[in-house]
Amino acid sequence: MKLIHCPKVGTRPASEFVYGGLWRPMPDPDACSDTEWCHYVFHRDGAPGVQREWWCHAPTGMWFVAERDTMKDEFLRTMTVAEAMREATDG
Amino acid sequence: MARRLPPQPGEWIDREHTVRFTFEGREYPAFAGDTISSALLANGVRVLGRSFKYHRPRGVFSAANHDTNVLFQSETDFNIRGDVTAVEDGMKLAAVNTAGGVKRDRGRIMDSLSPMLPVGFYYKTFHRPRALFPFWEKRIRSMAGLGRVDTAWNGGRVPKRHAFCDLLVVGAGPSGLSAAVAAAEAGVNVWLVDENARPGGSFNDQEANLQRDELLHRAHELHNLTILTDTVAAGWYADHYIPLVTPEALIRLRARAVIVAAGVYEQPAVFRNNDLPGVMLGNAARRLVHRYGVAPCESTVILAGNSDAYRSALELQAAGVAIRALLDLEDPGTRADLFADVQAADIPVYGRCAVHSAEGNGILEAVTVCELDGEGRAKPDTARRIDCDGLLMSVGYAPAAALLYQSGAGMTFAGTPGQFVPESLPPGVFACGRVNGVFGLQARLDDGLAAAGEALAYLGRSGVQHARPGRGRERMSHPWPVFPHPKGKVFVDLDEDLQLKDLERAAAEGFDNIELLKRYSTVGMGPSQGKHANMNAVRILARLTGRTIDRTGTTTARPFHHPVPVGHLAGRRLRPERRTAMHGWHKAHGAVFMPAGHWLRPKYYGPGPEEEAIRAEVLAVREGVAMVDVSTLGKVEVIGPDAARFMDQLYTLKLSTVKIGRTRYALMVDEAGVIIDDGVCARWADDHFYVTTTTTGAEIIFRHMQRLIGEWQLNVDVINRTHQMASMNIAGPLTREVLQPLTDLDLSQEAFPYLGARQALVAGVPAWLFRVGFVGELGYEIHVPSAQARHVWVSLMAAGEAYGIRPFGVEAQRQLRLEKAHLIVGQDTDGTSSPFDANMNWAVKFDKPFFQGKRSLEILKERASNRLLGFRLPGNHPGPVPEECHLVIHDGDIAGRVTSIGYSPSLDAWVGLAMVDRALEDADTLSIRAAGAVMVDAPVVPTPFYDPEGLRQKLETAHEPVAREASA
Repeated sequence: MKLIHCPKVGTRPASEFVYGGLWRPMPDPDACSDTEWCHYVFHRDGAPGVQREWWCHAPTGMWFVAERDTMKDEFLRTMTVAEAMREATDG
Repeated sequence: MARRLPPQPGEWIDREHTVRFTFEGREYPAFAGDTISSALLANGVRVLGRSFKYHRPRGVFSAANHDTNVLFQSETDFNIRGDVTAVEDGMKLAAVNTAGGVKRDRGRIMDSLSPMLPVGFYYKTFHRPRALFPFWEKRIRSMAGLGRVDTAWNGGRVPKRHAFCDLLVVGAGPSGLSAAVAAAEAGVNVWLVDENARPGGSFNDQEANLQRDELLHRAHELHNLTILTDTVAAGWYADHYIPLVTPEALIRLRARAVIVAAGVYEQPAVFRNNDLPGVMLGNAARRLVHRYGVAPCESTVILAGNSDAYRSALELQAAGVAIRALLDLEDPGTRADLFADVQAADIPVYGRCAVHSAEGNGILEAVTVCELDGEGRAKPDTARRIDCDGLLMSVGYAPAAALLYQSGAGMTFAGTPGQFVPESLPPGVFACGRVNGVFGLQARLDDGLAAAGEALAYLGRSGVQHARPGRGRERMSHPWPVFPHPKGKVFVDLDEDLQLKDLERAAAEGFDNIELLKRYSTVGMGPSQGKHANMNAVRILARLTGRTIDRTGTTTARPFHHPVPVGHLAGRRLRPERRTAMHGWHKAHGAVFMPAGHWLRPKYYGPGPEEEAIRAEVLAVREGVAMVDVSTLGKVEVIGPDAARFMDQLYTLKLSTVKIGRTRYALMVDEAGVIIDDGVCARWADDHFYVTTTTTGAEIIFRHMQRLIGEWQLNVDVINRTHQMASMNIAGPLTREVLQPLTDLDLSQEAFPYLGARQALVAGVPAWLFRVGFVGELGYEIHVPSAQARHVWVSLMAAGEAYGIRPFGVEAQRQLRLEKAHLIVGQDTDGTSSPFDANMNWAVKFDKPFFQGKRSLEILKERASNRLLGFRLPGNHPGPVPEECHLVIHDGDIAGRVTSIGYSPSLDAWVGLAMVDRALEDADTLSIRAAGAVMVDAPVVPTPFYDPEGLRQKLETAHEPVAREASA
């Protein structure tokens, strides 16, 4: 069983965590086109590689963002939601 | 014990203690510490089992936990491995898979039929005609399988344990012991596991004992080194999570690093009758001699593909076995000193010779020996016979690399030592010893030190630094120990009697990829999982296809790579069952329970036929007063400066405008605009809301809320009150009469109007009350702390006794709500239903800057493709009444489905909801295909079916029962 590092709780077994899907900044719903919105809601890039994901440490309800290499099934980094948002805005 | 040798140094048996056991009716003596196989062999019993398919006689082969044709049935267990299981006093044993005992197994007729059973026979033969398959299946099943399971299960549970260590070392042979002791001496917490009864590995039978004793002595001094014997590290899972199978338990071990020192499996040669009892691996003979003091045979021929064969020859001769010949597949001159030693011992050595066939009627009596030509093929004209009752094969090894493969190691074939070796290893996984291709005792000890050093460095510790000794120069595995014979019976896989010709035919039929070959021929799919077959199968396929060994590749041994009793895997059935605070009361009052998510809820209250009970409960609500336990609803408090904004963004309705002390319906959609939950939202303060969720959604929706707070970066907190608060809904025209005496709260229409929310004492308990139209009557939902809930419930029941109060269950609740056309999320809606499909346009308020799903709903608003319609059939409808999920048919096509239906005693009618194509939204009737393909035309009617204006829940007008026709 994998170990996952929660930025607040520490390293715990995967069974304590819940996967919350791809972490994707939402486009401005008032400004984007229907196609852009549809892409945001329905489309996922299934290609293996490094992606950011929502994870929740279920016993504490702590949501965080993990950077994971889905090809290697390897957690590269975990960060709080605020950190991820900051990076998304800055970068 | 005629074949027992004089005491051997370091032997595993205790000659002071004799045990007695019976095998197929005859009693034998043995020593404590004997395995079943060694005990039988000591008594001269050499045929120990019958093979799986052809029922050929089989004997000791590996003596290393892979003798899968030597399986026994005892009075209490089955498929007992004779080569590793200790014999016990009083054991009553028989071979598995025989008809009438191992000697005269009537199943042996299969052997003479074998030419008619080519590879793929069962696939090709029994699937046509299909009607006959059940007939054949029954017969094949009765023939297949090994031991007999005692279906009178004794209920014994195998404990599951959890353990943690810094470093796991798999294999307590020279390299593993060396690594484990060095790492433990450097201070890390080490576990060392070995599948054998004692640590030491090949130290015990192939190497000097002195160094073993020195290492074991150091090991026993170390308190941070745990040694487990009789333990198989059965798999590698992510982040070094290793299941350890011990005789008593399954241990789930989490290691920070792993050293695999699992050694090698000796590999057989492939020639005619290579399965006869008496033919065995060279190291099997050495194990029998050194561990159990048993002579494997009286006179033997040794087939050599490496120098270990020469060592075997010397050791066996010393033990008193006559060595008739040592046949070297290569030039004996390359064996240097060992060749000289063997010659000095007067052992006849024949260079470039092989065994072409083993001879004997059910047991080895002689071997036919041939010289080899330049291509390594046997020359039949040089054949000569050597009488012997033993034939030891020392032709090569395959690494016990299952854990390495599972961990993602890259393995490559190395011509020297002639086996697959690890080329790349994932972080935290290390290999040493023979599994790493390192042979020779000192080199293996050094390789263990080097692995320990690398593992310590990985763990951030220092202590040991040792260079890798490098792989030896000797080729330990012969590249082609395969000698075809025109008469066949040339076995590659003894597990399932797979012959060379089967692999050849499978490849010729196009199954010439190693994975396909495995699946078609079943090579490597038996109980030993190909530990003694896969390497030869790879060699044979490589030669057939003209590819290299590397190109041909290997199959992956998945966890568990060694058979494990099912009891070790069986978990306890942990099905948490949640009970509400009033559960005991329900039970005492005849409730019949049903599951609702993890909860148990009363379905109805017995006794009496279910339908009558539900009907009476429905009428009690409509005509008098009744109460239902709704504690299973999710309950969430939302508190904080951004609470109102959060509620607006979370739900489709505008909840920021709910006034303090009021409630409002709350509907939630996801980003795609699909309905995912609903409930009631109450407001206690500007910054304080309380909202309920559906029973099944409680956990998910709460978690979803936690996530959105982060995503939206709002200053608000959510508190899950689902389990802290119990709730009940008391409803019916007489509700006020029951409730008023228990509270100071003024329940009058003016003081506590419809959709009001109040905090007050009820039966002395602080309660939150919501006047909602849950079941379409005057009613109050009362939330109280779980600990006091039963008291409140009982008090209300007592107060209501004079008014004929009764409890009602889920079935009545659903029927009552269906009459009001309140939809059930997930039953009347599905994963595509938007509020517009469900006729809930009123519940979507676009005049908010943003809410979850808003953009999708804006798009969907004009494009909803379905519509939820109500239909009604008379209570005495003749013929079958449609059921949930029955299809709505329009113009011969499916145009929708019934989502809910029930008999309404209030209306004496069947009322139902159907989700239909938008094209049918104005239909007058729905054509529903009911049971037995009977088409039912159901008139479409407006909803709600009952009290469409909602007068009964809003106003005090409902003291007189609703007129209804008497029903049967």
